[in-house]
Amino acid sequence: MKFGVVVFPGSNCDYDAYHVLLNVLNQDSFFLWHKDHDLKGADCVILPGGFSYGDYLRSGAIARFSPLMREVAEFAERGGLVMGICNGFQILMEMGLLPGAMLRNKRLKFLCQFVHLRLEKTETPFTGLGHRGQVLRIPIAHYEGNYFAPAETLEELERGGQVIFRYCDPEGRLGEEANVNGALNSIAGIINRRGNVLGMMPHPERASEAVMGSQDGRLIFESLLKSLK
Amino acid sequence: MIDPKTLADHNLTAQEYESIVRLIGREPNLTELGIFSVMWSEHCCYKSSKVHLRKLPTEGRHVIQGPGENAGVLDIGDGLAVVFKIESHNHPSFIEPFQGAATGVGGILRDIFTMGARPVALLDSLRFGPLGAGRNKAIMEGVVSGISSYGNSIGVPTVGGEAAFDPSYSLNPLVNVFCLGLARQDKIFYARADKPGNQVLYVGSKTGRDGIHGATMASAEFGKETEHKRPNVQVGDPFKEKLLLEACLEVMDRNLIVGIQDMGAAGLTCSTTEIPAKSGLGMSVNLDLVPQREEGMTPYEIMLSESQERMLIVAEKARIEEVKKVFAKWDLDAVVIGEIAADGQLKVAFGGQTVIDVPVEAVINRCPVYDRKYEPPSRPSPELDLEALAQPADLKAAFLRLLASPTVADKEWIFRQYDHMVQTNNILLPGGDAAVLRIKGTAKALAMTLDGNAFLAALDPRIGGKAAVAEACRNLACVGATPLGVTNCLNFGNPEKPEVMWQFKEVIEGMAEACRSFGIPVTGGNVSFYNDTEGASVHPTPVLGVVGLLQDAAKMVTPGFKAGGEVVVLLGRTRPELGGSEYLRTVHGFQEGPCPTLDLAEEIAVQELCREAADKGLLRSAHDVSEGGLAVCLAECAFHSRAQVGCDLDFGEEMRTDALLFGESQSRIVVTSKPEDLDKLLGLARKKRVHAVILGETGGTELIFHHQDREAVRVQVAEAYSAWKDALPEAFKIK
Repeated sequence: MKFGVVVFPGSNCDYDAYHVLLNVLNQDSFFLWHKDHDLKGADCVILPGGFSYGDYLRSGAIARFSPLMREVAEFAERGGLVMGICNGFQILMEMGLLPGAMLRNKRLKFLCQFVHLRLEKTETPFTGLGHRGQVLRIPIAHYEGNYFAPAETLEELERGGQVIFRYCDPEGRLGEEANVNGALNSIAGIINRRGNVLGMMPHPERASEAVMGSQDGRLIFESLLKSLK
Repeated sequence: MIDPKTLADHNLTAQEYESIVRLIGREPNLTELGIFSVMWSEHCCYKSSKVHLRKLPTEGRHVIQGPGENAGVLDIGDGLAVVFKIESHNHPSFIEPFQGAATGVGGILRDIFTMGARPVALLDSLRFGPLGAGRNKAIMEGVVSGISSYGNSIGVPTVGGEAAFDPSYSLNPLVNVFCLGLARQDKIFYARADKPGNQVLYVGSKTGRDGIHGATMASAEFGKETEHKRPNVQVGDPFKEKLLLEACLEVMDRNLIVGIQDMGAAGLTCSTTEIPAKSGLGMSVNLDLVPQREEGMTPYEIMLSESQERMLIVAEKARIEEVKKVFAKWDLDAVVIGEIAADGQLKVAFGGQTVIDVPVEAVINRCPVYDRKYEPPSRPSPELDLEALAQPADLKAAFLRLLASPTVADKEWIFRQYDHMVQTNNILLPGGDAAVLRIKGTAKALAMTLDGNAFLAALDPRIGGKAAVAEACRNLACVGATPLGVTNCLNFGNPEKPEVMWQFKEVIEGMAEACRSFGIPVTGGNVSFYNDTEGASVHPTPVLGVVGLLQDAAKMVTPGFKAGGEVVVLLGRTRPELGGSEYLRTVHGFQEGPCPTLDLAEEIAVQELCREAADKGLLRSAHDVSEGGLAVCLAECAFHSRAQVGCDLDFGEEMRTDALLFGESQSRIVVTSKPEDLDKLLGLARKKRVHAVILGETGGTELIFHHQDREAVRVQVAEAYSAWKDALPEAFKIK
């Protein structure tokens, strides 16, 4: 299976995702330069975390204009698998591939810490190996991860089963304390209606090796491998 | 034309001016005066510290590059090297906390990648005034946000550090930033001109009027008018620096360049003189070609600007187009602004006229060196009369107050604002004794720490200097790592005061003795003098950055208790030493007292024992006893265990209970081991002649300390934990 990791100016988790895919999961993986026009035959495109263009404007607002993003949009339209992590999620929202926007965290501070996520849906290419209600321990690292969408959009997401991950406590319960950034409905990750574009704020690439303190993030990458087999 | 006022504005003495005139053979013009003023500032040429810094050992079998370059370089095997350095950004952080701290991070990062290394870790040592007073809270909030904003954006994890609080830092916070990078030994770059005819390229951000005379500012005391100095602080752009980092590493990886120097303090002035000076050559530069952010800048302003995110590169003519292509790929300016010359002069043209023509050798190597007068303080600090000091009736209450004192309390409020996980190398999260990073593709791990106890240095600077080295190395021993090398940041008051100079000399001599005993070289560092505001100096604050290696990352030991039923052992000797302790400051409200003793041979034996026991797999946990003493150390072991395992301990020593629980005797480590490994551990201790005491067992949900058949403290781990955990968030009213 071929994974393309897009590199924008200011991406900084590009190498981390590439490392997990290449060295931990032994997959054919390569970088895609944002100024190029070719996805090089990737089966799955990863938009990594970081601060594309410094995020001085709205996070992800400039990256969506990178030449390669036209290719990514077409790829997604054809049903290609696209996954945005953190800044990648923000870019997917700016591109209109996923609904909503990110506000600043509720306490107006950058947060880097392990969080717990409740897996809400397993009928997706990204989560097929999990079970509903499963709790995953994966880190976040962001300043703007407080998910927001208008009421009708939110309702649509919920009704369509598009909410994939929610912040929860270690036992899987939702609540204000577990919802560290203040996201609406504790949303940590969503999928598009068609089910081929995932955006998530937590970093599964930081939790894919035992030495990093958790391997729960592998579930996502391994689910992808299984779905593409 | 150069009148006394102009000289004073440039922080130059009449004697210094005379030697400038002698060296260049005429009166300098204003721009030339500006050049000498920054390059001969304390910050750039170490004129007051050089004579003492020479006492530090700088050689060792791992050293690839010692002091004198942008950063030190050590061999870590496998063809790899670590490049590391520490820098202060104290003055700018007081004037403008956010940008001051942010550009401190930006500056140290450039020092590291200028040498061809990819930065993999940042650590910060911070000192603030008490959070309840004055602007201190706002300063701390700004500094932490500034570090967070720069480090997070550029994608270099901030993996550790320390923070302490004391009134002496109220008007003079300390912000010391350490960075470490990884490089291949065959891809290390230096400031080098190589040969005449080589081209000089300016790369990175455009030059503006920001930060003019930043280095000179850092070389004088502050008074009430510091507000006016706000324009001297630079503004950071971490995104630009990220592009610069990637572009520089790419041209280095492809061997397209000859030499490189970042434009940090003193900007173009520093890089255009240091590069040719290191090769015994000269340089001609045309300032009209320098990319500028604003119109109408004078040559003086262009040469002295400290605009951030800029580098000067030397490359052969034939390579220029390729170099430019790489920078264009990263959307950065790369402009040829000059050429290396054979004549040894820095010749700068502007608008068709020569505005600077000085020998680079004079600027770089003829800086004055002062052996300033030093003298111990006339009033030695009063001795502590332990007998007269009443023990608190409620030791538990005293213990909880100590846990909640900002210097001791949990620092998560700080470090969760830093991305400490990016690059996925960090295998021990912040809050432990040292930061530990795996080296991908090998079994090894790097350990690093920043440490410095100014309270000891204030009581006895010589012991303080020794203790800084000892404790930093002890931190590494706790995770099982062997120290390889040291960088230091020495924060002191005005060196023109004989008392301050005496503190400085004593600290250096203490550090030198300790480094020799440990067999570790000092590969560089930074001196920050003039940490005085309105006449008062900060405590002498030596901060040590020590880098070590674990041959097998799997053998790393962590501070938290692992399970109940394990044996708690104290390595090292406890003496009735309350002087300089956090307990005295927090509970009794004073700082006096005899400084704890430090026996380097004993210290080294304790550390060797800890490391050897770790290597043999005898340790379940290890944690160094420091601020707050034994009781705080044990509490932290419980807090760091996932299930908050408690312990029930009995201390046999004959001394006051408060001195036993809260005294800060040096050279101690609390370890745990499985009962079946205890004999081996004690056997090893006997062999190393280390005093080792069995304190008791882990288990339960309480911390219980007995002393002399009496229960001294009994507290639920959860209660102690929230005192420790909530202190900083409470101070900032954010939970």
